[in-house]
Amino acid sequence: MRIGFTANGRPVVADDVWEGESLLYVLRERLGLPGSKNACEQGECGSCTVYLDGSPVCSCLVAAGQVAGREVRTVEGLAGEDGLDPVQQAFLDAGAVQCGFCTPGLLVQTHALLERDPHPSDAGIREALSGNLCRCTGYEKIMDAVRLAAARRSTRTEVDG
Amino acid sequence: MEFLRPATWDEALTLKAELPQAVPIAGGTDVMVELNFDRRRPPALLDLGGVAELGGWESDGAVVRLGASVPYTRIIEELSGPLPGLALAARTVGSPQIRNRGSVGGNLGAASPAGDSHPPLLAAGRGVQVEAASVRGTRLIPIDAFYLGVKRHALEPDELIRAVRIPVADGPQQFSKIGTRNAMVIAVCAFALALHPDDRTVGTGLGSAAPTPRRAVEAEEFLAGALAEGGLWESGGALDGAVARRFGELVAAAASPIDDVRGSAQYRRHALAVMARRTLAWCWAEYGERLERSAA
Repeated sequence: MRIGFTANGRPVVADDVWEGESLLYVLRERLGLPGSKNACEQGECGSCTVYLDGSPVCSCLVAAGQVAGREVRTVEGLAGEDGLDPVQQAFLDAGAVQCGFCTPGLLVQTHALLERDPHPSDAGIREALSGNLCRCTGYEKIMDAVRLAAARRSTRTEVDG
Repeated sequence: MEFLRPATWDEALTLKAELPQAVPIAGGTDVMVELNFDRRRPPALLDLGGVAELGGWESDGAVVRLGASVPYTRIIEELSGPLPGLALAARTVGSPQIRNRGSVGGNLGAASPAGDSHPPLLAAGRGVQVEAASVRGTRLIPIDAFYLGVKRHALEPDELIRAVRIPVADGPQQFSKIGTRNAMVIAVCAFALALHPDDRTVGTGLGSAAPTPRRAVEAEEFLAGALAEGGLWESGGALDGAVARRFGELVAAAASPIDDVRGSAQYRRHALAVMARRTLAWCWAEYGERLERSAA
């Protein structure tokens, strides 16, 4: 079947989509958006996290047909024209990327956390990221990165503000 | 495989009647796992995402009519007041991403003995009903009669879950769940307790402790009797430790657990007794505070 939706602000169309196919497969294999990672295929790891109509979801658990006409934002859509999103820059600066496989999911989930709660507590960060697994176990650096991103965002908001 | 996208509830019912083997999909958090792992190849998926009324809830102050596909995140944010037990259980479902998609309708449709919604639904009172609809009409299935076996429920092949009707809490409710960590946990076992001061009854629900979610009826009757006998519903006075222990024993006795990868039957019985005592202590403390507040 043919599926049309909006990916990172642009209309996209995927053809020959199998009816049981996941959104993750369509993104990676049909639309050239391999940023979202395929690991567990059962919602355990969070590596495939994308925004669907503004809510972070595991794209491996969304049937492709369900996104027809809807808006998807992937890790590729976080950076703006003026460079990386502050969350991405904070992950780089804090050394929160080891093998990097879990990073795209963590970036989207952290982005969503800070949109909802610009000043999260440590407990709030752990809860928000509880569905994203890092097999390198670099969780402390990831916590540092989220705190750094939150601090920078609030500074930026004050300057802009 | 076909992909069916009804735009209205009537259209969804018509499609389900025409092709009863079509598997309904809303959040996809159970169905897609089965597809991804080649465990299931239904002739069709029936996407309920376009049926707006499934995604909302309404309340007349006495009963909440919870649409089948309202995600857990919204239950936590919007229904912690009227449905505290269900909201507590919702907080323990999967991860934030899963809670943004998963729903009580999906939990009921999957009818896993480990589903987190089931214990608080069983505990929430005798008025909990699953609203099952087909082109033939709508019927209300009492929650006690809904679960028939492991992953089997009382729906007819042409029926879909429209909503669940849940009485608004009239007393404290608690939920407790055993797992290896605080997220992404399929319950080793789970327990829900609700006190119903209006009719002086007690509600319980056991999860992952038998082929189906079930109540501990004897434990409910014992506790309601002990509270009435001691005049405790009126006084909110201290609970005898022996009452709490006996309540825990009766809850454990109501289970028929198995040994599996998540835990042994013996451990599950032990844990259920502990959770029953703890949730009783939490509920009773809250009940006492409420009485004090209303007296002040």
